[in-house]
Amino acid sequence: MTANARRTGAPRTPAGKVAKFFDDRLNLAGPMRKQLNKVFPDHWSFMMGEIALYSFIILLLTGTYLTFFFDPSMADTVYHGRYVPMQNVEMSKAYESTLNITFDVRGGLVIRQIHHWAALMFVGAMLIHMFRVFFTGAFRKPRELNWLIGLTLIVLGIVEGFAGYTLPDDLLSGTGLRIADAIMLSIPVLGTWVSFLVFGGTFPGDLIIGRFYIVHVLVIPAILAALIGAHLALIVRQKHTEFPAPGRSEHTVSGERVFPIYAAKAGGFFFIVSAITCALGGLFQINPVWLFGPYNPAQVSSGSQPDWYMMFLDGSTRLFPSWEVRLWGHTLAPLFWPTVVLPGILLTLAVGYPFLEAKMTKDRLPHNMLQRPRDVPVRTSLGVMALTFYLVLFLSGGNDIIAKAFDISLNAMTWGGRILLLVAPPILYIITYRICLSLQRHDREVLEHGVETGIVKVLPTGEFIEVHQPLGPVDEHGHGQLAYAGTPVPKRMSQLGVGVPLRHIRGFFYPVKEKPEIQAAIDELEAAEADGQPARDEQHQLTD
Amino acid sequence: MSSTHSPIEVTSDELRAMSPEEQMLAGAEADGVHVVHRRNRFPIPGTKAEKRAERGVAMCFLISALAGVGFVVAFVAMPFHWHLPGTPQTFRFYTPALGGLLAVMMLFMGVGLVLWAKWLMPEEEVVQDRHDEPSTEEDRLLTQATLMVGIDDTGLPRRSLILRTLGLAGGAIATVPLIAMVGGMIKKPGKQLEHTLFTPNPKLFPPAGLVPLVYSDWRRVSPDDILPGGIATVFPGIREVGADGKTGVTSASSPTLIIRLRPGQKVEARKGQASYGWPANAPEYVAFSKICTHAGCPASLYEQQTTRLLCPCHQSQFEVLKDAKPVFGPATRSLPKLPLGVEVGSDGRQYFVARSDYTEPIGPAYWERS
Repeated sequence: MTANARRTGAPRTPAGKVAKFFDDRLNLAGPMRKQLNKVFPDHWSFMMGEIALYSFIILLLTGTYLTFFFDPSMADTVYHGRYVPMQNVEMSKAYESTLNITFDVRGGLVIRQIHHWAALMFVGAMLIHMFRVFFTGAFRKPRELNWLIGLTLIVLGIVEGFAGYTLPDDLLSGTGLRIADAIMLSIPVLGTWVSFLVFGGTFPGDLIIGRFYIVHVLVIPAILAALIGAHLALIVRQKHTEFPAPGRSEHTVSGERVFPIYAAKAGGFFFIVSAITCALGGLFQINPVWLFGPYNPAQVSSGSQPDWYMMFLDGSTRLFPSWEVRLWGHTLAPLFWPTVVLPGILLTLAVGYPFLEAKMTKDRLPHNMLQRPRDVPVRTSLGVMALTFYLVLFLSGGNDIIAKAFDISLNAMTWGGRILLLVAPPILYIITYRICLSLQRHDREVLEHGVETGIVKVLPTGEFIEVHQPLGPVDEHGHGQLAYAGTPVPKRMSQLGVGVPLRHIRGFFYPVKEKPEIQAAIDELEAAEADGQPARDEQHQLTD
Repeated sequence: MSSTHSPIEVTSDELRAMSPEEQMLAGAEADGVHVVHRRNRFPIPGTKAEKRAERGVAMCFLISALAGVGFVVAFVAMPFHWHLPGTPQTFRFYTPALGGLLAVMMLFMGVGLVLWAKWLMPEEEVVQDRHDEPSTEEDRLLTQATLMVGIDDTGLPRRSLILRTLGLAGGAIATVPLIAMVGGMIKKPGKQLEHTLFTPNPKLFPPAGLVPLVYSDWRRVSPDDILPGGIATVFPGIREVGADGKTGVTSASSPTLIIRLRPGQKVEARKGQASYGWPANAPEYVAFSKICTHAGCPASLYEQQTTRLLCPCHQSQFEVLKDAKPVFGPATRSLPKLPLGVEVGSDGRQYFVARSDYTEPIGPAYWERS
């Protein structure tokens, strides 16, 4: 809109006319301005959720494309396609159409691989995002609801991934499905009924791919999309958390406005995430189903691995001892504990954690400021403990690969995993707790005594001391008076601006030299800005 | 800085007199958004540094566009059909080229946008009021009253008859569609998990009905096929499609492993199963279900030296000489053993048959299993 149009009130430009058309009908000017002006804080760790969101969009786009060619049918067929090693092999139409996507559709393989990589990234980004939220305390009141939605998204993401992994009906996915059937069978009382309900009879039957297909392309994506919408709506409603810093408070959020800067950065980041998935999909082979062959219940390849997000369950299954309960003519299979009970416990703990923490700390206040992990040692240590537990399970999910690669006995790997699973988390808890306390102490030490300058002075008494640079005003004993405010404390002189050139030289092959008159104007402006600097710094006192 | 700026109060005439930038700031203030710092990165027009930044961003977009063109060219022109090894393998470059060019196109678009924001758009530091206090007491009170009066208007608290019948109808609405949907999917397991296609079938194989053992290509299995220490995966030779839509070779419960022991090896048979091998008096051949009793994967890695069967999914190990008893890993039950027999075929050779079905359910354990 030109200034002119604004003055007269009647738009003359095409954009102005379009704006008027919509505003006349929807009364958008006010609400829209509010969204354009919305402020988003900037921190690298806030990008994990964005990666998850962008991978989901990539999954929707590539997934839709794949449905144009995929045939979710378990009907038998004989392959006569272009991939000679599979010629005349009996297979399901699902597997055949996956081969066709790979070998006959122009660019089909790259899209399929991008889809698979994006799925791996989707779950991974969600999980890392969850840990970010956990370790910084972002789940605290008022954001417990979003924590719960996030957990649901992770569980659904894993189920969605498993369903998609099953669809090609190849040897690897069929083996995974067989294990899933065994897990269903292990459920007490209802197990066989659940298995027969899901498969429409005994495993594998001829319905399961069709059923998983509709679950994979419609049911779960629809729920995921709705929950992602709710997750984002809550972020917009409650506004983003941020780390404490000078000038920030519980009652404000600071950063850049959505339009134009944040939009440009977030939009750019979407393309960067897309670029990574495309590069992975093009350059790194994933799930080469044509090498596995069609599913055959009599075959399996050694080193069978599920997708990474399932590996912790595979690991728990490998590690769990052979304990079976037989009672009154019934069997409680050993599979039940590591694959149903264990994830159930993990999920319950995650669901309950925000409420448990609030109860234990009696902290019922809303929090918009994030915490540094070191400042909440118990939570951080619990998180590291959970992470260690998860990592031991995860590595045990590939313990045969590790055993082979490092020439270790497989049985030793299993026993090592069993022992580590119980011993490592508490040890890591203690170590993390000590590290947190030490980091806290160091922060306070620097606040009290200042930053080490590296300058050693000899006193007249002959005593050697290192000169410390105080961070703020000091009392009569030379002790700093700044209180810790939950922000990073500078610990090196370079972080205080010492020894850092004020302005680095611009230019790639040679320094950029401005014309003398322009350089003079720049120098003048910089001098003026430097004069006004203290005034701005005053605004940024700690507002603790 | 103060976080409680009052909304600007200006007349519309004053607003009109403002520059667009001032209007933008006024609009932001009205939304509780305070621009505390805003600085044009290039306040002096026409500097080389600015042109350089602009060229850098434009270069990114140009590379992105070129990669897009490259993608289309590669997509159309590059060979992508699979060819046997030994012939030109140029098709192998197709997928990396497409993925790489897509990635370059996306990457430079993204980097260009981010650099644009970082290099050329103004620096800004903006603080927005959160306004995330809970509703006021008054608001809560009024909403509560609205709800209460509304519920009162329906008369539900007084009319318990309606309330109860409504509860019934609501319960029906909530459950009946679920029953209708899930009900159709319920299948009665019955005894299906207890039997395999090895069950003697006099209709197909008169007179005794003993099911022949075949390889996956339907050739019959003869003892002579297997060398000492060797194994073979065999199936019930039933070509008819069963209830699960599968034949003997494709049915998930059929895969069976015949192991020919080496001279001197002897299987400590389970009670009552001493004669399940062949020959019955001094078994040289034993047949176990290939389906792991833990999670149902084929336990198919046979280590001749240690006489152990390993399941590659969760590393359960079964000692063949102890009648496939689990000796390591999560499996709890021995692999079921198939009673082996032999009949003489029309060509005079001996061929394996199953003397009966497995005498216990194969595969992973389940609740109804004793």
